[in-house]
Amino acid sequence: MKSLGEILLRKDETSEIVIGNTALVRAMIEAGTRVVTSYPGSPMPETAEAIRSISKEQRPFYFEFSTNEKVATEIAFGASVNGHLSTVFFKSVGLNVAADSFVQLALMKLKGGMVVVIGDDPGANSSQNEQDNRHYAHLSYIPVFEPSNPQEVYEYYKEAAKLSQEKEMPVILRLSTHVCHAKQKVNFSSYKQQEFDSKPRFSSENENYVPITSKVFPMKRRALKRIKDFKSYSNKSDLNKIIDNGNKDKGIITMGVPYLSLRDVMEDMDNKPDILKLGIIYPLPEDVIMEFLKEHKEVKILEELDNVLEKDIKALAFEENIETEIIGKKDIDDWINEYTPDKVQDVMSKTWPSLFKKINSKNHEKNVENRPAQLCPGCGHRSAFYAIKKALSEEDITVADIGCHTLGFLPPYEMGEVLLSMGHSTSTGTGLSLFNDSRKVVSFLGDSTMFHAGLPGIVNAIFNDHNLTLVIMENGTTAMTGHQNHPGTGSNFNEEVQPIPIKEMLKGFGVKNVYEIDTYAQTKLKEVMEKAVEEDGFSVVIATHPCMLKFTREARSKGAYKDNKVEIDQEVCHQIHECVKEFGCPSFSITEEGKVFVNKDLCIGDGSCIQTCPVDAIGLEQSNGGNK
Amino acid sequence: MANKKRTNIYMIGVGGQGIGLLSEVLIRAADYAELNVRGVDTHGLAQRGGTVQSQLRIGEGIYSPLIQKNSADIVIALERTEALRGIQNYLKEKGTVIYYNTSWQTLDVRLENSEEVSVNDINRAAKKLDAEIIKVYKEDLKETRMQNVVLLGEIVQNNILPEIKRQHYINALQDLMTGDKLDKNIALFKSLVK
Ligand SMILES: Cc1ncc(C[n+]2csc(CCOP(=O)(O)OP(=O)(O)O)c2C)c(N)n1
Ligand code: SF4
Ligand code: SF4
Repeated sequence: MKSLGEILLRKDETSEIVIGNTALVRAMIEAGTRVVTSYPGSPMPETAEAIRSISKEQRPFYFEFSTNEKVATEIAFGASVNGHLSTVFFKSVGLNVAADSFVQLALMKLKGGMVVVIGDDPGANSSQNEQDNRHYAHLSYIPVFEPSNPQEVYEYYKEAAKLSQEKEMPVILRLSTHVCHAKQKVNFSSYKQQEFDSKPRFSSENENYVPITSKVFPMKRRALKRIKDFKSYSNKSDLNKIIDNGNKDKGIITMGVPYLSLRDVMEDMDNKPDILKLGIIYPLPEDVIMEFLKEHKEVKILEELDNVLEKDIKALAFEENIETEIIGKKDIDDWINEYTPDKVQDVMSKTWPSLFKKINSKNHEKNVENRPAQLCPGCGHRSAFYAIKKALSEEDITVADIGCHTLGFLPPYEMGEVLLSMGHSTSTGTGLSLFNDSRKVVSFLGDSTMFHAGLPGIVNAIFNDHNLTLVIMENGTTAMTGHQNHPGTGSNFNEEVQPIPIKEMLKGFGVKNVYEIDTYAQTKLKEVMEKAVEEDGFSVVIATHPCMLKFTREARSKGAYKDNKVEIDQEVCHQIHECVKEFGCPSFSITEEGKVFVNKDLCIGDGSCIQTCPVDAIGLEQSNGGNK
Repeated sequence: MANKKRTNIYMIGVGGQGIGLLSEVLIRAADYAELNVRGVDTHGLAQRGGTVQSQLRIGEGIYSPLIQKNSADIVIALERTEALRGIQNYLKEKGTVIYYNTSWQTLDVRLENSEEVSVNDINRAAKKLDAEIIKVYKEDLKETRMQNVVLLGEIVQNNILPEIKRQHYINALQDLMTGDKLDKNIALFKSLVK
């Protein structure tokens, strides 16, 4: 078997089939990065998996999952002003959490250099929005490099790191979902491991690091000057390239994933437009763009999500009195969803219908309904929702948060009716509890999310004495993003540590009513919930059960997995369908005649369903007959 | 302009069925056959039970790993509902669909809001496209988690990707696993591919 860790550390030139997130790690190593931090979030977590493939002893840099993106950013910043090349990576919306510190970075002299890697998610494949983080670059005066495939991820990171070090300023590497996850053969250079020392180089003697009142202005001036100077690099960089198809009439300016899609769509076309593919998307290579505009009669700006390039290029053309027709977005649809080849075909057929064919949509005989992800077989969250639903009345208000348990909003549970962002639930629930004497408010919150951004809302509910119930869905892991540790689990990325016990922490905060109960104890959980929502003030129920996907995986790899299954005693079964339709474990299948049977490929035999059957028809396989 | 030779492979299944391994073996086998490849898998959510897809493009003049609708030469599906979804959305005319004949019921089927997809539904959709259909099922397979390797074996046995040879797949499997797991998978693969 190939060892990824060995490949990533190999000193000689090599090539390997990897995803963008893995190529990034090799680039970090070659560039001499010393401190890397993150908080999990799609599309980025596989980067940490690649880092994990290198043992801690052999890893040439320090890595940690911090408690949230802001903390991770601050650690990378601190390391950089101490002289170490650092990198922080996180998902699109992570930048909102990091923003308060992030927007200060360009004001500072980053001695060691610092690369901020952001995984945007056009198409909202696994995010709560499609935010276009190019806007943040304008806001914070930080240059942005945008690769389109794994080979470029590797090359652009190294270039970004080099520039960041030279210019002592932050640089953003902006990725997107299908750049992170694209697989191809990537060619890696040979490299020599740099000699590092442990000398702290931070000094405030000749450098101001405290932007207060009028001290802000020289720092801002320098930031603006640096971004202005960056343009001359951008103009010369070969990361911006022209695909010259000899077309004097039509040209297209594009970048990243839309560029790849465009090349595919144009591959078999005659009269191909010329293409300017931007690798540095902020600050723009203005001379290169001007030249390209002048050479063509019409230029289309093909960009995913918002019209960031379009506005800048139109402004530039206006200032320079260019007569070229510049075609930007046509309608609202152009702002939405990922620019896959199909989407680009559609966008381009609206622009130049004579060149680009329209896609004909087909009618299908049978509509195949979507299959959204569901809580896994045996998931403790399922038992919790099933029991809590019975404890509440129809009109009570349930507030969701982000994590696997968000899926409780789907039928059959329909628990969690409103969602903003990670950690919002206690405070949104608080707002819903004001001027509300009739409908109880219950907020759900995952354990990792509680440590990430949930604590301020909890502290506020105590501080301002609010009236709601918080259910902490404690499964001992950050499940949704691939089972990373968090401060309550007893391990960090690198080693075992003292866990922070949630119940004691809340008691220490002064929450009077804290209950802790295993979610598989469904009847008791229901009773506890009934009691908690009746109490005045802020009450907390810690609904705990280990993530069963993680648990069974670990048991399997240790050889300790008990291959139990449940089965249904068809003679006892009255086809009440409580198990399939209310409890809703995906292991239950139903025949056209309404018979229920257990899909043995799915069932993990945890038995949490047994108690849901009113006539005791479900039992473990070996002890058939409604055995509990 | 003559079209360059390109093969688009669209794989689809349900989270937990092992589509990741199947796509990883295919992309590596294609690479061992010295073909130019681009691929991409669905990553993202830990939970099981949602549709997952993987796309693989082989040949010259390919840029994005993403396949356009109705342009897959081959659709590989790990169960029936997803097979139908894959055919309707991605299979091109006169393409090939190969699927494992099992069913993971969707929530709507379990709630009795809709009917399960049958072999007939698949046949009808594929015939409309004049496509070749290969239905796979191995009665004596002990571990359902190895249905992906059964499909792989049938792909090779039916010579669906003529440029990629038996040994290329074995090399790919050897890249990806060791020990008992490797032995079991290789043994199964060899038993299927003569
Ligand atoms: C600001 C931000 N960072 C990261 C994410 C990605 N993300 C989605 S859910 C989640 C954590 C879920 O863990 P937990 O709260 O323990 O719930 P579980 O999935 O374990 O049920 C993360 C990190 C996000 N959506 N927003
Ligand atoms: S990954 Fe864990 S927490 Fe998430 S749905 Fe599956 S069992 Fe539940
Ligand atoms: S034991 Fe019951 S709840 Fe657990 S996986 Fe099997 S059917 Fe689902």
